Amino acid sequence: MSGGVDSAVAAARIAEAGHDVTGVHLALSANPQSYRTGARGCCTVEDSRDARRAADVIGIPFYIWDMAERFHREVVEDFVNEYAAGRTPNPCLRCNEKIKFEAVLDRALALGFDAVATGHHARLDDGVLRRSVDEGKDQSYVLGVLTREQLSHAIFPLGGSTKAEVRAEAAERGLAVADKPDSHDICFIADGDTRGFLAERLGAAEGPIIDALSGEVVGNHQGTFGFTVGQRKGLHIDRPAADGRPRYVLSIEPVSNTVTVGPRSALEVTSVTCERPVWNGPVAELREQRSCMVQLRAHGEVYGCRAQLSGETLHIELDSPATGVAGGQAAVLYDGDTVIGSATIASAA
Amino acid sequence: MYWKEGSAALEPAYLDHAATTPMLPEAIEAMTAQLGRVGNASSLHAAGRRTRRVVEEAREALADALGARPSEVVFTSGGTEADNLAIKGLYWARRATGATRVLVSAVEHHAALDPAHWLGDRQGASVELLDVDEFGRVHPDTLRAAIERDPGNVALASVMWANNEVGTVQPVHALAAVAHEHGVPFHTDAVQAVGQLPVSFSAAGVDALTLSGHKVGGPMGVGALLLARGVDPVPVLHGGGQERDVRSGTLDAPAVAGMAAAVRAAVIGREEHAKRLAALRDDLIRRVRAAVPDVVLNGDPVDRLPGNAHFCFPGCEGDALLMLLDAKGVECSTGSACSAGVAQPSHVLLAMGADAATARGSLRFTLGHTSTQSDVDRLVEVIAPVVERARRAGLS
Repeated sequence: MSGGVDSAVAAARIAEAGHDVTGVHLALSANPQSYRTGARGCCTVEDSRDARRAADVIGIPFYIWDMAERFHREVVEDFVNEYAAGRTPNPCLRCNEKIKFEAVLDRALALGFDAVATGHHARLDDGVLRRSVDEGKDQSYVLGVLTREQLSHAIFPLGGSTKAEVRAEAAERGLAVADKPDSHDICFIADGDTRGFLAERLGAAEGPIIDALSGEVVGNHQGTFGFTVGQRKGLHIDRPAADGRPRYVLSIEPVSNTVTVGPRSALEVTSVTCERPVWNGPVAELREQRSCMVQLRAHGEVYGCRAQLSGETLHIELDSPATGVAGGQAAVLYDGDTVIGSATIASAA
Repeated sequence: MYWKEGSAALEPAYLDHAATTPMLPEAIEAMTAQLGRVGNASSLHAAGRRTRRVVEEAREALADALGARPSEVVFTSGGTEADNLAIKGLYWARRATGATRVLVSAVEHHAALDPAHWLGDRQGASVELLDVDEFGRVHPDTLRAAIERDPGNVALASVMWANNEVGTVQPVHALAAVAHEHGVPFHTDAVQAVGQLPVSFSAAGVDALTLSGHKVGGPMGVGALLLARGVDPVPVLHGGGQERDVRSGTLDAPAVAGMAAAVRAAVIGREEHAKRLAALRDDLIRRVRAAVPDVVLNGDPVDRLPGNAHFCFPGCEGDALLMLLDAKGVECSTGSACSAGVAQPSHVLLAMGADAATARGSLRFTLGHTSTQSDVDRLVEVIAPVVERARRAGLS
C-alpha cells in the first residue's frame, strides 16, 4: 500500500471479498523525506501515514517492510548503471520485477501468504495479463516483465474499473486518499531533476554532439546520461542544421562519450532487436513468426508488428515506422489487449 | 496481500502492557466523576475551588503513594514531557553556573535520550552516555568515574529506574548517592517502575522522578515530575505560572484525579500484583525456552520488572515475528523505536553488546493487571511454529 488511492481501494476490495488481507507499505528510502510537496507516490512519511490510515479504515493489519537496501541495489543502482551504459531504463518496471513481485513476494510466501495484490490498473484472467478497461490508466506495460510464476501469485483487483470509478469508490468507502493526486515521475528523485540526480552520481563529462548527416561537431554535452533517444529539447546545439530542420537524439555512445543527432526522419525505425525475453502470455514463445502488437514505452503508441524469437533474441519488424525507440525500455507484445510476452530493447534500425 | 489460514477467533492475548495497560476501575471512576463538572483549578470562585480541591487531593494521594511531599509533585502531560522538563530544565538551570556536562545512560527511553542529544546539538551541552553491562545495568562506579573526569562541570545525571525494553532494574539508590557526593542533580525515569517495584521518592534520594498515568492504569495524556525541594528547573512551557511556575497550563483535573487513583491503587496492591506477574512471567519464560530451545532471554535474569520478558530469537526478524503473532491473536512489541515506521535495531540491545542482527530478532512480552494464565498459554501454543516460519522468511 503506497499511500495512494489505487492500492487502498485494491486492499479494500480483496478484504471485502473475504480474503485474509494484511497491508504492507514498502519503505524504499533510507532517509524518507517528510512532507514533500505534491505526491510522488511511495517514499514519504506522509505516504506511509496515509497508507496506515487507509488500512485502519479498511480494518486490516498493516506493516511497513524495509526494502530500502534492496530497492537501492536493484532499482536505483540499475537505473544509474543503465544510463551510464547509454540506455534509458524504466525503474517502475524494474521495481515490479525485482521488488514487488520478487523481494516482497518471496518474503510473503515464506511468511505464509498466498499472493501479493497491488493497485495496478491491469487485469489478470486465468493468470493471463490484460490491459485495464481504463486505457488511459492501463499499467500492463510495466507489468509485462513479470513471469508466469510471478503472475500466478499476483492479484490486480482494479483492472475492471476506470480510475474515476476507483476514486469514487474510495470516497464512498471513506478513504481519505480519494482525492490524492496521481503519482508520476520517478519516486526516488525527489525534485524531479533526473539529469541532476545522474550528474551527481556519474559526474559531468563533457563530450561532443555530432550531426549524423554532416559528421560535424555541432555542440557539447555534459554527460551522455542527460539524453534519451528521440529527445529534442535541451540539446543546446550552437548552430542551425544544414537542412534547417530540428535535430533529435539518434544515438548515445557512452564509450566515446558521443551524442549523435539528426533529423526526425533518421529517428524512424522499423526493426527492433530485443534481449532477455519473458513469455508470460497464453501462447508459447514465438519460435515461429507471429503477427501481433507491440508497445515500446510506457503510455507509448502501439504498433502492428511481426515478432519472432531466434535463440534468446527477439526480432520485431514494425508495420509502420516508430520514433524514439530507446535501448533499455521494454517491448511488450500484445494480442489485442492480452500480453503475450516482453523483452528489453537492445537496438533499433 | 492475503493468506488462507484462519485468523484467531478468540479475544487477542494482550502481552504489551509496557506500551499501555487498561485503566483500573478506580481510575475510571475518579476520572469520570470529574468529566461533567466545570471549573478551572486556578479560578477563585466556587467552581474553581471545587476543582482545585480535586487536583490538590490527587496531588496529596500521589505524593503519599510515592513517598514524596505534595509540593514536590508537578503535573505534566505525560512521561515524555516530564523527562523533557527534567533534562532540559535542569540543564538550563545548571548551565547558568557554568556546568554543561549531561550524563545519561545509554539505555534510556528516547524521551530522555533525545532531549539530551538535542541539548548537545543545539544548546552547548556535552552529552556523555553511561555504559551498561550485558544486562543493561549502569554500575555506580561507571557514573562515579564519569563524574570524576570533571566533577565541577556536570549539569545533571539521568538513569532510568527500570528499563522499558529489557526490564532490567537499575541501582537507582546507589547511583543517586554517587551523584550527590558531587552535588550533581539526579533524575530518574520511573515510568515502568511505579506499580511494579517499590518506589519511594524520598528514600531513593533522587532530585527528580518521572511517572506516567497510562502505564500504571491511569489515563493517557497525563504524567508527573516529582521535584525535590530546592530543585528548580527552567520551565519548558511558559504561561500562567501553574505548578510552582515550572509547568504552565491549565491542569487537567479529570486526568489528574484518574492518575492519582491509579497510582494509589497500584501502589497499595503492588506486592501481591508483582508476585502474581512474576509467577506468570517465569512460566512464560520457561515454556518459551522449552518451545524454542535457542531463544535468548535479554536483561537481568533476576533483577528485572516482574511483568517483563524480553527475548532474542536467532535467525528471525522481530517484525516478522510480531506480524505472525498478531495474526495468531498474540499482541506484543519489538520494543524498538520506529521513526518512519521502519524498525531500527534497539539502541538498548546494541548498548548491551548485541550485534544488529541479534537486536533485530527481539520481542518484548509484558504482563499487567489484566493478564491471565490463558494469555501465556496462547503465546506458548503458537510460538514454535511462528518462529519456524519467521526463520524461513529469514532476515530480509
